Order: sequence, then structure tokens, then C-alpha cells
Amino acid sequence: MGFRLHTGLRLPLLAALLTLASTARAIDPSPPLADPALQARYESITHELRCMQCQNQSIADSQVGLAADLRREVRELLLEGRTDDEIRDHMVARYGDFILFRPRLSGRTAWLWLAPLVLLAIGALVAARVLRQRARLVDGDTQVIDRYDGSDRP
Amino acid sequence: MNRFLLPLGLFGLLVIVLAIGLRRAPEKGVIESPLIGKPAPQFVLPDLLDGARQVKTGDFAGKWYLFNVWGTWCGECRAEHETLLAIQASRAVSIVGLNWKDDDAQALAWLSQLGNPYEVVAADRDGEVAVDWGVYGAPESFLVAPDGRIVRKRVGPLTREIWEREFLPLVRGAGVGG
Repeated sequence: MGFRLHTGLRLPLLAALLTLASTARAIDPSPPLADPALQARYESITHELRCMQCQNQSIADSQVGLAADLRREVRELLLEGRTDDEIRDHMVARYGDFILFRPRLSGRTAWLWLAPLVLLAIGALVAARVLRQRARLVDGDTQVIDRYDGSDRP
Repeated sequence: MNRFLLPLGLFGLLVIVLAIGLRRAPEKGVIESPLIGKPAPQFVLPDLLDGARQVKTGDFAGKWYLFNVWGTWCGECRAEHETLLAIQASRAVSIVGLNWKDDDAQALAWLSQLGNPYEVVAADRDGEVAVDWGVYGAPESFLVAPDGRIVRKRVGPLTREIWEREFLPLVRGAGVGG
């Protein structure tokens, strides 16, 4: 590739990238699980669970003590051989639906999932009405044009 | 006239939805526990006051108790302490403490300085039992009925007012009704 950096820039850039790389893993200090497949599941589940103390972060992204406790819990459950769903159930039984960033469809959360569809349907109805009215206006206009006989009047 | 009816109706609906949201604003940040009505989670932990003994959920079967999560690192717990002492003095229920991720020596010093409202204190040094109870911040208090079910939870410091208004009637009501 014809991409070259000015020699004077290489070192600072390398330093900056290395700094970023070290913060990328700094939040979860625990060593990765021996089985890469388990580790991948661990990372995906911890990103799905809300840190209840700092509500807009996942437990994977939070340095709070409780997030570390919940990560340890997920890790232990994974090592016990539980499925992802079982681990989610385990957390929901203790902390409620709120701990899931993507709440599941249940009697309590149905409105959450259905509201967008209902709003979309209302929007579609309104749009259809407006379009039909416009179409009627256009029809009226062409009739006027049809009747135009080509002669100019003052 | 008719063409304004639909937008106006929708606007009215929006106002109602937002009004409900505003009304519930005081509860903002307090997440309802799914454990209400469920049996209290089982645990076995060392007794803070007597290292040779253990504290178990089963120890309190058949009586009302208040399960209170605290730590010396928790400022609000200090504010709450006086209320706990008052509850203990009233003998309405016994109080079981869960000392959450704390230093044993500091916790013992706290109790000898401020007074001990607890019948027994379980030492949850690594926070595993707190996770089972769905604890996300101290102080938290759970009222447990004689049949072992959790009937009420408070997140944040208990005050005498809250105790008398939201907790005590449950204990008293059950006493009268059988």
C-alpha cells in the first residue's frame, strides 16, 4: 500500500493507539474464560444486561462494584453449563425485566413492543386519508385544464 | 370542524399518557422488585457478631422480620440507623442485617458506636447473597412475612414515617386478620 506516515508522527501515533488499546479491556479485569466460545457468550450476555446502579451502561461497560458482582455471576452460571436464556431468566428473577436492555415480550411489556406498530398503523391511516384527499384535488385540477380552450383572456 | 377532531383526540390521548408519566415521577429510579410475593432467597452466611456461627434464611421461619442491607461505606445507611434502632425498640419485628461487601472490623466498630438494631447480622463479604436478593444499592429493606414471603421492599433509607405508613400496617394487619 502506498500509505506512509511522516517519520516524526509514527511514534506519537503508535503511543496513542497503544493507550487506547489498553483502556479497551480495562473495565473488566477478570481474565478471559479458557473456552473461547464461552468467552464470546460471556461478552455478549454482559453487554445485554443493564448495570442497575448506572442505568445506561451495561454490566460489561461499568466499573461499579455491583457490575463486577453480576459479571462474576454470569461467569459462574456459564461455567455451570447454563444456557443464555437460563442466565437471562436468572437475572430477571432477581432484578426484573429492567435488567434486560432488550425486554422480552410478556404481558407486562406487550405495550412496549406493540406501541410502535399501533403508532405506525395510525400514521398509515392518516397518510392514506391525506393522500386520498390530495388525489381528489388533483382530479379537480385536471378537469379545469381539460376545459381550458387555449385562448388567452385578459 | 370534523378535520380537527382526530388531531385533537390524539393530542388529548398524549396529554393523558404524559400526565400518568408525571404522576409516577416520584417513583422514578426505583425499580419494582420481582421478588415481592416470592419466598425470600435462601442463604447461609457467617455471623458477623459471632464468627463461629452461621446465619440461614430458615432461622427466621414463622416470624416477621425486616431484612436490611447496609454497609459502613454507605452514607445513607448512617442516616437510616436511627430509624432501625427505633423499630427495634418498638419490638414490632426483629431486624436481620446483611452487611454488604464490607470490612468486618469496620462493621463491628459501626455497631458498637451507633448501637446495634440487628438481631443478627450476616456478613456478605463478596456480595453474592445481595445479588440473589436483587439488591442494587444500599440501604435496601425487605419485609418478610412468617410464611417466608417478601411482602414489601424499600430502596433507600427507611424513615419512621415510611415505616409506619407502608410497613407496620402490613405486620399489624396480618396480626389481626390471622
